[in-house]
Amino acid sequence: MDFNDTPEEAAFRAEARAWLAAHAPAHALREGERLEDAEEARRGRAWQRALYDGGFAGITLPRELGGRGGTVIEAVVFHEEESRYNIPKGPYITIGLGMALHVLAHHGSPEQKARYCEPTLKGEMTWCQLFSEPSAGSDLANLRTKAAKEEGAREGDEWVVNGQKVWSSWAHHADWGLLVARHDPSLPKHKGLSFFLVDMKTPGVETRPIRQISGASDFNETFLTDVRIPDANRLGKVGDGWACCMTVLSSERIGSGSPREAVQEMVEYIRRTGRGADGGNALDSAANRVALAQALAEERGEKYLAARLRTMISRGEDPGAMAAMIKLAYAGRNQKMLGLGMEVRGLDALAAAPDAGDTLGLHYEYIWSTVMRIAGGADEVLRNQIAERVLGMPGDWRPDKNVPFDQL
Amino acid sequence: MNFDLSDEQKMLAEQARGLLAERSPPARLRQLIGEGAELDAPLWRELGEMGFLGAAIAEAHGGLGLTALDLAVISLELGRANACLPFFSSVVLAGGALSACGSAAQQAAWLPGIASGEKIGTFAYAEGPADWRAALPATTFAATSGNEGRITGTKSPVADGGVAGFAVVLVNAGGAQAFALVDLDQPEVSRTRLDSFDQLRGHHAISFAGAKAELLAGDADTLARLLDQAAVQAAFEAVGGAQACLTMAREYALDRQIFGRSLASYQAIKHRLADIAVAIELALSNAYYAGWAAQNAPDELPAAAAAARLTALAAFKNAARENIQVHGGIGYTFEANCHFYYRRERTLALSLGGREVWADRLIAHSA
Ligand SMILES: Cc1cc2nc3c(=O)[nH]c(=O)nc-3n(C[C@H](O)[C@H](O)[C@H](O)COP(=O)(O)OP(=O)(O)OC[C@H]3O[C@@H](n4cnc5c(N)ncnc54)[C@H](O)[C@@H]3O)c2cc1C
Repeated sequence: MDFNDTPEEAAFRAEARAWLAAHAPAHALREGERLEDAEEARRGRAWQRALYDGGFAGITLPRELGGRGGTVIEAVVFHEEESRYNIPKGPYITIGLGMALHVLAHHGSPEQKARYCEPTLKGEMTWCQLFSEPSAGSDLANLRTKAAKEEGAREGDEWVVNGQKVWSSWAHHADWGLLVARHDPSLPKHKGLSFFLVDMKTPGVETRPIRQISGASDFNETFLTDVRIPDANRLGKVGDGWACCMTVLSSERIGSGSPREAVQEMVEYIRRTGRGADGGNALDSAANRVALAQALAEERGEKYLAARLRTMISRGEDPGAMAAMIKLAYAGRNQKMLGLGMEVRGLDALAAAPDAGDTLGLHYEYIWSTVMRIAGGADEVLRNQIAERVLGMPGDWRPDKNVPFDQL
Repeated sequence: MNFDLSDEQKMLAEQARGLLAERSPPARLRQLIGEGAELDAPLWRELGEMGFLGAAIAEAHGGLGLTALDLAVISLELGRANACLPFFSSVVLAGGALSACGSAAQQAAWLPGIASGEKIGTFAYAEGPADWRAALPATTFAATSGNEGRITGTKSPVADGGVAGFAVVLVNAGGAQAFALVDLDQPEVSRTRLDSFDQLRGHHAISFAGAKAELLAGDADTLARLLDQAAVQAAFEAVGGAQACLTMAREYALDRQIFGRSLASYQAIKHRLADIAVAIELALSNAYYAGWAAQNAPDELPAAAAAARLTALAAFKNAARENIQVHGGIGYTFEANCHFYYRRERTLALSLGGREVWADRLIAHSA
């Protein structure tokens, strides 16, 4: 066991640090700076372009696709170093980098890779994920959006897509969408799906913002009405839709760890912040210390479990459902800890002054912490995965198994 | 970065696991409880002969000179087996104290015996319900000449106090916390066996009426370091116990049919065991880091040890309780194996500082 960088890793870290020191400060947010949606998107694209020009875009992506051809550990090292700077990256960018490139690399044709990878790496092409529907979330394969093939003469075959997607994050800013739809309802639900790349400017694609509990509208309903998609924009074979979705979702899970030590930051905040005339602070309470220490210990455990899984990945082993453990642990612990964070701030957290950035940030994060337990694999779904795939316990009762979709 | 045990460590773990599964199966534990034994003597001898007891003791003193992490893989397997052995008292604590602050003569006198298993030591710190960390111990050391003297007072409870031949005793030596090395086989020492909650780890009250003793060179800092090192080993022991509980609960649930289907097919059970599996992996990851830091990053050891201790005991607590729950009525019987762990978990949770103590240490040392 050696927790230090190998000589190669140390060399890469030094290179990344030097490059970041030269380029990152110009892109970083100033203390307390907040950006409007469109400005955040612009800044995110600019940073992505800088990364591309510096040779740090798509670190694990093969060189022939425009990536760096580096290792998983190098990607982690770069991420650690990059997160020392508060750079607005925008989820617009990360959906493309994390999901689109990942699925293109695994299932794309040479032409598709050539067309989409490089613009995505440069931040010129942004993506959204059009998976979920009103009747399909955890049970994604229950989706109803239809794709019907039309044989074409001159332009080649086309697909005509009709249906409704929901919770499509940043679809209103995205250039392209990753779409899964049902091409054959006479097959069992997982089998009749195909995967498409859809230009969001295609006639018939309409996004409507949904107002969220945070007050923002980051996600949308996306209506698809007679949307025509060239067959050349189908990813994988007809019927490969489910496999493509799984590739996208696996990237979502491995990418979900955060190097930020939020509990540690909270302890430091409390140390700085007195609690009235007696000069003490919230750490004077043993109950707070025990709760915070438990959260700190779990946060450290998540970090070191991630390190164990990365070691497995770098050896070519598949951590499988063990990756779900980090997401599950993080999501629950995060919400509990943020709730505690509001309690230790006391009445300050009840209503924050307009310039109380720390407290306003906490308000937002406590709201957002609900999402982490739902999206990217809900808690209960992850528990099932761990029980079934790590512990080898039986699957749930599934009356829909192997039944044609149109007979469900 | 390579965050995994080495191949040698994995082999060591496998060896220990195989031996313990064979020599210390649940039937043997029941037999030892029936006899009121405090030590599985033949197994202890065998572990000594195989080098396990001297794993972390210097080669010059008859040990193997391995690292804290090597010792830890053995601790984990002992936790899994719930063996009736004074490993933690003798090897981790008494051996750790001697290695850290014994004089050359003291080390030469005691460490080879610890490594072979012929000598058993323990660490006597508690004095009843009083908080042993805050104040000076009531047990006093009065110097006679040099580092020699006599101690007076009562330590209780002392783990493995019935089978130990010597003890490292936390004393008040002239107004300062100090360690005294005491041979327990002398007329000025008397022991009373207590009714230990853990039937496989005996506890005694030990009274010293002017017993001969000699000081080790340790002070309050040495004590803190020793406790950190011990917390790492205890965390591994707890992870081993938790893993045993999870395996047991899983196997029982897969076997048991309820309302026409396997108990393991119910989400109430699946999700409970999934949560335990996650808690175990977090704890093991913290324990790995602490085991590594013990050797390679001493400045980080206090926080790392405390984090390992907190997560491992949280995992073990939940695993030990839910294991009985999954078993239902059979879990409440002496013939089922759940109770060994249900008792051992409390022993680890209450020894060497409870949750609050380690929470404070983590908060104080995390930066
Ligand atoms: C902020 C946000 C952004 C999102 N962005 C996108 C996006 O960009 N693109 C996209 O396609 N989707 C997106 N999603 C959707 C997300 O993937 C789904 O919300 C998620 O898959 C859960 O589906 P659902 O909301 O339909 O809840 P449901 O699946 O209906 O779940 C409801 C509850 O049932 C539980 N449950 C589900 N299955 C089981 C089971 N087998 N056993 C026991 N309990 C179960 C769940 O854990 C949950 O508690 C986003 C969601 C949010 C909140």
